[in-house]
Amino acid sequence: MPKLSDLLVPAPLRKTPKPGEKGVPKTPAPQDLKDNPPEQQTEYGRLGEKALEAPTEALAWVDQRMAASGFLTGMLFRKVPKGTNWFYTLGSATLIAFVVQAITGVFLAMFYTPSTTQAYTSIAHINNDVFLGQFVHGMHKWGASVMVILIFLHMGRTFFFGAYKYPRELNWVIGVVLLILTMTMAFTGYLLPFDQRSYWASIVGININGTGPIVGPYLSDFLRAGPEVGATTLSRFYAIHMLLLPGAIIALIGAHMYLVVKLGTTAPPWTKADKPRVAEPTTNLEAGVSGNGYRPGGASTIAGVQLDTGPGDGTAHA
Amino acid sequence: MADDADKINEPYRAPEQLRTEPPPPGYFEGESLTRRKVFTIAAQAIGGLAGAAIILPAVGFAVAPIFHRGKERWEPIGPTGNFTEDTYAQVVFTETPGIGDIGKTTAYVRKSSKELGEEPGQYVAVSNRCAHLGCPVRFVQAAGNFICPCHGGVYDFQGKRIGGPPVRPLDRFQTRITKGEVEVGPRYSVTSQLKPVRARDPGEFTGGIWEYLYPPRPSTFPAP
Repeated sequence: MPKLSDLLVPAPLRKTPKPGEKGVPKTPAPQDLKDNPPEQQTEYGRLGEKALEAPTEALAWVDQRMAASGFLTGMLFRKVPKGTNWFYTLGSATLIAFVVQAITGVFLAMFYTPSTTQAYTSIAHINNDVFLGQFVHGMHKWGASVMVILIFLHMGRTFFFGAYKYPRELNWVIGVVLLILTMTMAFTGYLLPFDQRSYWASIVGININGTGPIVGPYLSDFLRAGPEVGATTLSRFYAIHMLLLPGAIIALIGAHMYLVVKLGTTAPPWTKADKPRVAEPTTNLEAGVSGNGYRPGGASTIAGVQLDTGPGDGTAHA
Repeated sequence: MADDADKINEPYRAPEQLRTEPPPPGYFEGESLTRRKVFTIAAQAIGGLAGAAIILPAVGFAVAPIFHRGKERWEPIGPTGNFTEDTYAQVVFTETPGIGDIGKTTAYVRKSSKELGEEPGQYVAVSNRCAHLGCPVRFVQAAGNFICPCHGGVYDFQGKRIGGPPVRPLDRFQTRITKGEVEVGPRYSVTSQLKPVRARDPGEFTGGIWEYLYPPRPSTFPAP
């Protein structure tokens, strides 16, 4: 009469019988593993090994078709200059703040109604009734301030470290556009709760836009969709806030990060360059001018990345 | 190494020294518009046309409200007896219908005063929208002034600016009397001499050269 557990449990998962049980001969314990090596491959062991290899094989399957590993290792394991420190994480921090805004924004949009008569009540519903609604709304609200603060700190780091200089001017320009888009995000998002504070802050903001000569009056008409705040003002702000600007910001973040990876980061301005391993050509005007080898960040040779515009052709790149 | 495709802008010249076969059919000396160039221009033109067919209607859709003027509305605000010459009565009426409370606005209304040199028998409806940035001003009886809570703008009894950041007097609404009831109509702005001009947004100067620097918008009604 077999035991019930032996019938139900498949063979690979059964407990191995102890010596002396079920006809397993009771042998003395092996003196040492060399004399009596354990069985290498049980059926269970083979299954486990296959299971462990499965993710690797799946990744290999994908990589064979996408050939992305070269790009990914190049991006993730790229060299960074000596002296890289916590200030260099402000850009990533801003990116994370944006991702938080995107995720919480998507979930807020599931409950929000962009109508002049229902916007306020839908926000009250999110805050009072929806499970964790106040938390998600709060993350979006405070996250907006966090993102604006971080983007300014990131900008300050770039400025004070001289990281905006050649060849990174274009990335500075993209960053400034991203700053403007972020401020526009903050402005259009402010109206959406549609309480007294939102309403009057947006009135004031639209009127400030209107004070620009010649185009100002038309700009404020465009923002309001008419001469007064009307039925479509809120939906206009909503569309700009959640459809137009996020797409533009994502595209520009892509370009921004592409340039960061492509050009590399700068060393902090207080970092001294390594002593050159080979004597630099005397035609290098830069080496001649700053003989001690000190280079502010953003000079033509950046630690970690050797640009092929570098000196050696007799021209200065300071 | 320049490809042949890079040379589409150059006139075709048969390389006589290199090629002994006859030039392509239709070739003549000094030919400037090759078949390849025609097709390139045509493809780009068709692509541009297709793009414009998508972009232009979308942009027009978004900016159309700038050029659209709504229907003229007149709202009754009460019998003529409600309003006197020496003080304002506060009235709330709908300026933009169909959007609930935010479509409402406030005006301070009085009878025109001979002492102030106004045409008799009229009604003056002063908008409570501050001419600085659009906050709601309040008429303070004790001072006889309009005062804005946001940035400290102060206006006298007629709505002329006497202090703070506002750039012009308070806006007004057109008024008329229908069957003994006062009605308010479209908004208009005034110059510092209280001359009516077309409605401007807060923060925009009126009169003189400012009429050109802050041009009137097609979405507003002509001044009375």
